[in-house]
Amino acid sequence: MKHSMTRLHRSSIAGAVACVLAAAATLPAAAQTSPTGPLTAWGDPDIAGVYALYTTAPLERPEQFGEREFLTDDEFAEIERRRLEPREFNFESDTEPGTAGDVHYNLDQFALGANEGVNSPNRRTSIVTMPANGRIPAALPQAAARREAATARTRGRQFDGPEFRSLTERCIVWSQTLPPLLPGGYNSNLQIFQSPGYVLIQGEMGDPRVIPTDGRALPENLLPQWNGTSVGHWEGDTLVVETAGFRPENAWRGSSDQLRVTERFTRVDEDTIEYAFTVVDPETWAEPWGGVFPITEMDSVLFEYACTEGNYGMANILSGERAREREAAAGQ
Amino acid sequence: MRISTAGFVLVAAVFCGACASDEADGDTVEFPRAAGGQPDLSGVWQAINTAHWNLEPHVPGYPVLLDLGAQFAVPPGPGVVDGGEIPYLPEARAERDRRFANRLTEDPEGKCYLGGVPRSTYMPYPFQILQNEDDILIVYQFATGTRRLFVDGTDPAPLDSWMGWSNAHWEGDTLVVEVTGFNGQTWLDRAGNYASAGAKVTERYTPLGPDHLQYEATIEDASVYSRPWTIRMPLYRIVDEDFRLLEFKCEPFAEEKVYGHLRKPGTEFPEEVRSQ
Repeated sequence: MKHSMTRLHRSSIAGAVACVLAAAATLPAAAQTSPTGPLTAWGDPDIAGVYALYTTAPLERPEQFGEREFLTDDEFAEIERRRLEPREFNFESDTEPGTAGDVHYNLDQFALGANEGVNSPNRRTSIVTMPANGRIPAALPQAAARREAATARTRGRQFDGPEFRSLTERCIVWSQTLPPLLPGGYNSNLQIFQSPGYVLIQGEMGDPRVIPTDGRALPENLLPQWNGTSVGHWEGDTLVVETAGFRPENAWRGSSDQLRVTERFTRVDEDTIEYAFTVVDPETWAEPWGGVFPITEMDSVLFEYACTEGNYGMANILSGERAREREAAAGQ
Repeated sequence: MRISTAGFVLVAAVFCGACASDEADGDTVEFPRAAGGQPDLSGVWQAINTAHWNLEPHVPGYPVLLDLGAQFAVPPGPGVVDGGEIPYLPEARAERDRRFANRLTEDPEGKCYLGGVPRSTYMPYPFQILQNEDDILIVYQFATGTRRLFVDGTDPAPLDSWMGWSNAHWEGDTLVVEVTGFNGQTWLDRAGNYASAGAKVTERYTPLGPDHLQYEATIEDASVYSRPWTIRMPLYRIVDEDFRLLEFKCEPFAEEKVYGHLRKPGTEFPEEVRSQ
């Protein structure tokens, strides 16, 4: 519950994490067993805390690894060495001031770089573990057709108004805060809060999911929501969350409104939750796919993000295009 | 319970209504309690009053756009402020009146901005309280705002925010929440009432009956008011079976208002998105 407030992050031992993770994601649901880890005051497994949703493994496995799931000691050491290497950013660039090429969007200058903050070392060669090649299956033809229709709607109108911009630019959804959760570029932090009968899961830039854990099933007819509708239950030490009922415009990785997501949260040590997910969408992929990665508890609270309230980007995108149009008209 | 003379009539009327319904079926149902003995505030709650239109007593009023007609007119209300009127300093009252005049463009609610505290409590949307033995978290349907309440927390606000920084403690059966660290951009209602970034809001949540809470908020802000002042209203538990907050992502509904002036000249709001 409150351990994150009082305890400093302890570096995970990569090897230990890897061993625990090796059995995850591709196994069928565990049989009903009694929890063995820490419990809340009311007897549920305790997975609460604020976590960094960063891990060193890429989402998809580089093809050079084939079906090999784990890095060797030398490979892992080299990746860690490169990750932790201080990076220097050359602000005295030779780009021309006032041009698009002169824009710096450098996370390191805000102490948000990959070598800063909390990261979850992970010896896996990829987050995706199913199928065995560690790569997301190819989309079905109907999924490609949906994507093309969505693209056609905005083609040539991308800067006409806010409705033609991406859902993320509009502060509606961030792909890393939807179920399934995936590491994002920045602010990739997660709060898990528990109370009797409920677990709340909220990404820093996303919406809170208030998930009942009383064993109720997902209703048949769900009103579509951006984040879907989630129900949960406990299997031993693991919180299992089922989510469906997404809005079709979500199109997470090209998915349809038939997307169903199963997530599994398991505390594997004092600082680490193993997060595993499986996605099923017969309108998008011929087979289910999924993955697993560790998330690491931080000594922090989750801060307010207030995306819409500070969305100067949208105004700048549109006004920039209007300025460009005026310049083009004046030049004719 | 803290009931001043001024607020007594309204509160008493609601309170007795609740008592009557509880007694009617012969139950002596008590407010749920947590394992530690404190009231368990967990549940979905909502205010039922016109405070979101105007905290002060108000007669019916015209809609902000006349074309909106009677269904968007302002319903009357007796107000929820102890003593009736907010004790503004003269310049601050003029600022409130200016905001009221400009409410169509300036009220952050219309832009889908986080409601702040105490406004989020009595906006016309439900909110859910989650409580464990250590802490409390509130999820508001409007703009999917959340607040973490640090029970027995003493840390000062680490930075300014829309929903503020909430340290809470129990005084008997009352949860007292001291909220600071505001950014000064929230309003208190649709009538232009406001506080500054320096405001301190002290909320009190007290059980009234099994499905009712008394909610009080005292607002201190020496740059805006001549003295601290208090609002008070009951909150009602949503008792529908398996009730869940539905998402209210309001961003799409505010885009034309906020960014419409930047739309490509000669084009209009794309009507097809209305069906989404």
